[in-house]
Amino acid sequence: MSFGPFLLLALMEGMVMAAVLALTAVGLSLVFGTMRVVNVAHGEFFMLGAVIAWFVADHLGGAAWMNFAVALVVAPLVVAAIAVLADRLVLRRLNYEPEATIVATIGLLYILQQAALSLFGPDARPVPAPFELRLQLPWFGWSGYKVFVILAAGAILLAVWFLMTRTRAGLIMRATQIDRDTARAFGIDTDKVYALVFGLGAGLAALGAVLVVPIQQAHYLMGGDPLLLSFIVVIIGGLGSIRGTLVAALVIGLSDGVIAMFYTATLAKILATLLVALVLVFRPQGLFGAKA
Amino acid sequence: MTARILALHLAVLAALFAAQFVLPSYHVTSLARIMVLAVFAMGYNIAFGYTGLLSLGHALFFAAGMYGAGLPALHFGVGGGTALILGLLAGGALAGAAGLLALRTAGVSFMIVTLMFAQAGYLTILYFAEYTRGNDGFPVPATARSLFGFALSGDRMRYMTALLLFSAAMLACLALVRSRFGRIMVAMRENEERSRMLGYNPYAVKLTALAISGLYAGLAGAAYALLFGYAGASFAGIQYSILPLLYVLTGGAGTVLGPLVGTAVMFWLTDIASGLTSAWLMVVGVALVALTLFAPRGMLGLIRERWAKWLP
Repeated sequence: MSFGPFLLLALMEGMVMAAVLALTAVGLSLVFGTMRVVNVAHGEFFMLGAVIAWFVADHLGGAAWMNFAVALVVAPLVVAAIAVLADRLVLRRLNYEPEATIVATIGLLYILQQAALSLFGPDARPVPAPFELRLQLPWFGWSGYKVFVILAAGAILLAVWFLMTRTRAGLIMRATQIDRDTARAFGIDTDKVYALVFGLGAGLAALGAVLVVPIQQAHYLMGGDPLLLSFIVVIIGGLGSIRGTLVAALVIGLSDGVIAMFYTATLAKILATLLVALVLVFRPQGLFGAKA
Repeated sequence: MTARILALHLAVLAALFAAQFVLPSYHVTSLARIMVLAVFAMGYNIAFGYTGLLSLGHALFFAAGMYGAGLPALHFGVGGGTALILGLLAGGALAGAAGLLALRTAGVSFMIVTLMFAQAGYLTILYFAEYTRGNDGFPVPATARSLFGFALSGDRMRYMTALLLFSAAMLACLALVRSRFGRIMVAMRENEERSRMLGYNPYAVKLTALAISGLYAGLAGAAYALLFGYAGASFAGIQYSILPLLYVLTGGAGTVLGPLVGTAVMFWLTDIASGLTSAWLMVVGVALVALTLFAPRGMLGLIRERWAKWLP
């Protein structure tokens, strides 16, 4: 394959990655933006989504597309319920104090990881794609399912945008984000808002995982990379800015796809982590965020 | 007052010395490991417990000590004493360098910056696998595993070396936190703005504290490599940044003996748990959540609050 098509392939693979990354990172960004909570267990919510998708596919025994549709509904709901429970039982009792919540979510990370290991075992589990379709380009064939992932992620992100900017629920969330005390003075139950936002963030990660699991495999340790990449995206995009997060997901997803294809994945990761550290030190508002 | 504090700490050291004659050999080896890890936790405590710097990247400094001692031993045949000093300095230097940048941030940003530095360090070790042997790691050569002509691989010598290093580290820590500088560190933790107003330079104080903390981590990493004879990339992973935090939280942040108590309790707890089930991760997770919820001051913190206000 010559350089042109090779680059095209890298960019297309990067797009798939960017789409899933955007879903996961927007979840993290929503939680941080509204609650000022850095959720270290976010990657485990992603992992749970994937594992539940495998569980559904394995136990339902229906057609692949039906299992997929069920997983698409069940996984985010179950994961969101777990997240709401964690918020009620742990985070709220810590009064969302930033440092304590980070330590607590690290604990949550280990608990969820161990739970997945004990309940589902240490093996990587493949999940069949809902449909088989091969798109034949002049230079290479590409899975039609990957196109579906990009479109589906785009649709979900559009729905999130609509929720945040055009509905009453979104208005309440933004009000809570801007000034929790004033929101409470206006009769908004901020505890409920926090619980729902935490659930929504976790649900988005789970959705991303259900979409990606027919391409990747479900494994109890798979949460590490999405967590790290989401962190990178959220920080480079500017902590708490949804628009910045989307732009950064696109940039990181595409460049990671390209760098990993032409150089080594390790080098790409070293550069990305150092970039994040330096962005936080020298431009805390993010590369795309407005000056605070 | 001071006599009481000194007596308590010397009694702890005496008990540790006596333990090697009483405990079965399996636990003597465990205790040597605990003492080395407790040095690491003590260093973490200087940054986190006393100065209020919650770092998520101390694995970087531990690994700096481990590789700072292990790599020269592997490639240049350096002896044990030199390797130990090189590891100590590597930990301190790296902590100082990381601090120069990371301390421009605070709070959550500081945690993420240190986390990212440690992750970059871990990946760097993997990237230069040609020299570091990457994930497989390497056994530390026998030439480096001896001090003053005594082999460190024997049980007795290993325990005594661990005890010696631990004693030195603990007494230095005690002297540090009871010194003038120790009080300034606590002032940074309690109210940085007010201490700035009183004329202290928070950046310089925090940088010094972090560098001292790095010296401890480096010493612990080097000692771990020499005493147990192995250096590997897994010691640079995120888990080794979380462990000292867990140890310090368990034992009590901001207490001199807390890191030892926390390390011992968590070490034996995970040891027992991994004997019963494979679910030792669960123990770590539940301990972290339960500690932040119910006992944010840790065991010795609780004792100090209730009964012994004089505990340093």
